[in-house]
Amino acid sequence: MRISIDSDVCIGSGMCALTAPDVFTQDEDGFGTVIPGKEDGAGNPLVKEAVRGCPVQAVTAGE
Amino acid sequence: MTDARSPAPYAPSFPQDRTCPYHPPAAYPELAERGPVGRMTLYDGRQVWAVTGHAEARALLADPRLSADRKNPSFPVVLERFANQAELDIPLLGVDDPEHARQRRMLIPSFGLKRIAGMRPAIQAIVDDVIDAMLEGGQEAELHSAFALPVPSMVICRLLGVPYADHEFFEGRSRALLTAPTAEESGAAREELKDYLHRLVAAKEAHPGDGLLDDLIADRLRTGELDREELALLAMILLVAGHETTSNMITLGTYTLLEHPGQLAALRADPALMPGAVEELMRYLSIADGMVRVATQDIEIGGHTIRAGDGVLLPTSTINRDPGVYADPGALDVRRVARHHVAFGYGVHQCLGQNLARAEMEIALSTLFARIPTLRLAVAPDEVPIKPGDTLQGLYALPVTW
Repeated sequence: MRISIDSDVCIGSGMCALTAPDVFTQDEDGFGTVIPGKEDGAGNPLVKEAVRGCPVQAVTAGE
Repeated sequence: MTDARSPAPYAPSFPQDRTCPYHPPAAYPELAERGPVGRMTLYDGRQVWAVTGHAEARALLADPRLSADRKNPSFPVVLERFANQAELDIPLLGVDDPEHARQRRMLIPSFGLKRIAGMRPAIQAIVDDVIDAMLEGGQEAELHSAFALPVPSMVICRLLGVPYADHEFFEGRSRALLTAPTAEESGAAREELKDYLHRLVAAKEAHPGDGLLDDLIADRLRTGELDREELALLAMILLVAGHETTSNMITLGTYTLLEHPGQLAALRADPALMPGAVEELMRYLSIADGMVRVATQDIEIGGHTIRAGDGVLLPTSTINRDPGVYADPGALDVRRVARHHVAFGYGVHQCLGQNLARAEMEIALSTLFARIPTLRLAVAPDEVPIKPGDTLQGLYALPVTW
């Protein structure tokens, strides 16, 4: 799995970081980012919920 | 208008009043039972699509073919007080991308999770001070005016850099803007608020402070990215949205927990449940009960074709009780994982201040019940005055004792 966030689309809702805080965080400007080293999702089942929870589909988890 | 040309026989009126403060109006469940996409009738006789299915609502709210542009001549007018909405400049919530994104991206850093986490000690201090004052007042209080309103008012004042000393003015005008019966009265309150914020911006240009408005003056007004009118309008939206919404949630959340003593006991026994309880209260109470959009292209959804120009209504109270998503949706369950609710909206317009609101609700409710363990209603539960369906849902007053 390869997780990424499109920062041009992100609206800073924080849903990814609230849903799967072990994988996602926000930068100092309030935009979602993947925690370094967790780009593979770290086997966290909440990644799927974070993808679904993003209000603007900025989070993708590809193969 | 397509929807007016082919009216549906079943199209209950919108909005309707709640009879129980925390349940949707009586007619909404039948609307939902008839299918995820139905019709409702507005005050002016116009029929609009009413989307009650959770999947359908989320798909539509994320669809760029649905517009929030209040200047679109086909945009539904859901209340008489908003009859002149097409003549007004309504930033953020009344415009589409790219204009919306330009405005929102200037504000996102101030509402990020880390910034809000940094505000938590200040929010806690405000909550403690307001509770101190309430307790000094005796053995009973009207919780909405003594607690639920001052807390978010003080917090948004601090964030924006608005003097709290002016709270009676802006709270009163905000209430008129959101509840006055006519467009004239609502518009007059809007103008007074805007003039106030113009004066405040001018004063801040001469004597800068340390709030978000001061930052916007320094970083955006001086660079020409914002002009004074747009800044005043943005400030007005942030000020109104920053206190009216959260205050209703604190009052109605308190009432709802007092009416569900088993849930309140669970929360008291395990304070770690509070963040989840706030999500559940957001889902359960859905105080902004009716998002509105207009289609700009034809959209196929739920076996129906929404035509360009059709109005679309999304009653959050009913979407958030979709039994396909939430088991036993009419039950309050603070242990439930209530994620994916649309009480803060969904799509690009999802609430900018949602994480500030979460922090305020968590701190306000947990501190209130911890510091006043004997808190209870001072009137019979069915005697609390419920706000009508045409504004943010909540209670006019909540008499409590301890």
